Amino acid sequence: MKQPYPLTIVNGRLVLPDGVRAGSLRCAGARIVALDATPEGGDDVVDAKGALIAPGLVDLGVFAVDKPAFHFGGITRAALMPDQSPPLDHPARIQFLAYSGKPDLWVHPLAAATVGLAGADLAELALMRDAGARAVATGRRWIADSGVMLRLLRYAAMLDLTVVTHAEDGGLAGQAVATAGEIATRLGLPSAPAEAEALAVARDIALAELSGARLHLRQVTTKAALDLVRAAKKRGVAVTAGVTPAHFMLSDLATAEFRTFARLSPPLREEADRQAVIEAIGDGTIDVISSGHDPRGPEDKRLPFADAEPGMAGAETLLAMVLSLVRDGVIDLPRAFDLVAWKPAQLLGVDAGVLEVGKQADIALVDPDRPWIVQSARMEASAGNTPFDGQPAQGRVIALYKGGVRVGK
Amino acid sequence: MTSTRTSSPAGRFPAGALAFPHRDLVGIGELQTHEILYILEEAEQWVALNRQPHKHSDLLSGLTIINAFFENSTRTLLSFEIAGKRLGADVVNMHAAQSSVKKGETLIDTAMTLNAMRADAIVIRHGSSGAVRLIANRVDCPVLNAGDGQHEHPTQALLDALTLRHALRARGREEFNGLRITICGDILHSRVARSNMLCLTALGAKLRVCAPPALLPAGIGEIGVEAFHDFDAALDGAEVVMMLRLQNERMSGQFIPSAREYRHLYGLTAKRLALAEPDALVMHPGPMNRGVEIDSDVADLPGRSLITRQVEMGVAIRMACLDVLTRRTRGVEGWA
Repeated sequence: MKQPYPLTIVNGRLVLPDGVRAGSLRCAGARIVALDATPEGGDDVVDAKGALIAPGLVDLGVFAVDKPAFHFGGITRAALMPDQSPPLDHPARIQFLAYSGKPDLWVHPLAAATVGLAGADLAELALMRDAGARAVATGRRWIADSGVMLRLLRYAAMLDLTVVTHAEDGGLAGQAVATAGEIATRLGLPSAPAEAEALAVARDIALAELSGARLHLRQVTTKAALDLVRAAKKRGVAVTAGVTPAHFMLSDLATAEFRTFARLSPPLREEADRQAVIEAIGDGTIDVISSGHDPRGPEDKRLPFADAEPGMAGAETLLAMVLSLVRDGVIDLPRAFDLVAWKPAQLLGVDAGVLEVGKQADIALVDPDRPWIVQSARMEASAGNTPFDGQPAQGRVIALYKGGVRVGK
Repeated sequence: MTSTRTSSPAGRFPAGALAFPHRDLVGIGELQTHEILYILEEAEQWVALNRQPHKHSDLLSGLTIINAFFENSTRTLLSFEIAGKRLGADVVNMHAAQSSVKKGETLIDTAMTLNAMRADAIVIRHGSSGAVRLIANRVDCPVLNAGDGQHEHPTQALLDALTLRHALRARGREEFNGLRITICGDILHSRVARSNMLCLTALGAKLRVCAPPALLPAGIGEIGVEAFHDFDAALDGAEVVMMLRLQNERMSGQFIPSAREYRHLYGLTAKRLALAEPDALVMHPGPMNRGVEIDSDVADLPGRSLITRQVEMGVAIRMACLDVLTRRTRGVEGWA
């Protein structure tokens, strides 16, 4: 979709890396061409009426392409996990998906690290890279064989691809659906100790250090694992960490009464770990917050807890939950958009995620204070499996532009 | 009809439905202590009836009770069936092979089907924790949990409490307060252990649980019980010893090197039992693996083994639960 006319957004508050200030922004030819510009003749002019002018969100790690939900949530680019049916382990599937969302949503498929995500044989990573894969991912599984993992990291390093891993030691995690602790014990759910995450993180960091590969731990949810990431960063290891809002908003208490909307992977942790995640977002240990968007209907969720599929529909609530961290004083607004746009854009190597002249004109107008209620039954997503059902939220996207063109409702 | 409502002295429990304001019996965790005591009290009349030659009441005449067992069971199913029949209800058993109805909407669909057949109570056993609550939320009639995964088995805990109360009363003791009970076995996989921990601690007993580390769930201390790995130490001073079997069918992977090694560490032999109080009582919810977790001479110990008594009390407790939960349907005064 070509941008037919230049667009100038006036009377907004620009969210820039170094602060928020009143200003305007002009886009032409799908790119940002000027900040603090006055509209020229022939421009479409939009009055932001004091709303935030922010970069469109870059969602690093979603499980479905769900355009209405992404547009509601201000997401203009989504990195699709390889856990599809069939898995994204073939260049043709990567190429198809890389074009599937255009023009109003850009999908960045993540290549399956191993054939069938089975953790044994490396997939055709170079062919998939050249077909449009922006990074490599192990999916929702971990690669148990450290030999395979080291070969993967070395190969990905050569191809200059970041490896996105799922950090849960498979032997410990087994068939677990909950974190070992009082709640899991009371509910009688198969559970694994939270240390399953730290073990996996320790190994992946050691191998990344050895191979020189860039490692992104998609979800780090426990204090022990975050400490490992913090220490590795201090040593200069090329490691980044992500998390989804569920792990800083909720603890395993949310699984009481067998609420399958709170059945997630990795499972929700105890309160102390939730606090550690918030601290790690505050101190910069966590680089990326993503939605983990995984809409699941009743056939996957209206089941006994352990039989239900993991995952939540998170695209619509991502921004509001991150803005709650701003209101709580954990982070400021520029850092919030660093977590949901700029850092993930850098990880994927895409030319967006920040309001800078020359970048792609992916823009969200955001009213950061607008209150709303999360309602499972009324979501834009293809299924309403949100653990935040019924909760009040604050902050809504009021207009979204992809390449300078208005998209969504 | 030989039963008389002699128990439940007025004033001990709230009037009418306030004594047991639940539509379903899904777990002990949902009950208040006085509600547990109320069921025990209500069961006494059925204990008496069951000891008569003519053991039949028409209390639930005309009602349909469906026993929907998604997991194999012999004794619990039989116990519920006898309980329903002795109360005069029409009892239907549904054996749903675990493999064919475990997944997908099928479980809900099955529940909706049972509901559409206008059952007046549904008794459910299922292999997944929380499955019974899931079904209970979707049907219009009372639901009784006959065991859901590793979560709860409330009627087992109630019958164990009733059995113990009878045994204690025979020894001139009225209260559970301070009673030292040791539960030994596969605590991790046992719904019986969970329900019993909740029930017996609510009644005031002091519980110890004993198992190798791999078979003890995390956070057990927060439930208010004391955890042991050394069975001999756990037996010291115990007034009641409750043994559980190894739930091999629920284990993924190897938890114990061998049955004989398990017996070596955790088998209740006569010699081990001597470490407990001299007249300590022995319980087991069955089925027993004789020679593994319990030796025959202990299991059959006259005057101290309550194992067959537990089975007897099971029928009475299930009669009481069926009676109490169907009172609303039957329009009993104060309950409708």
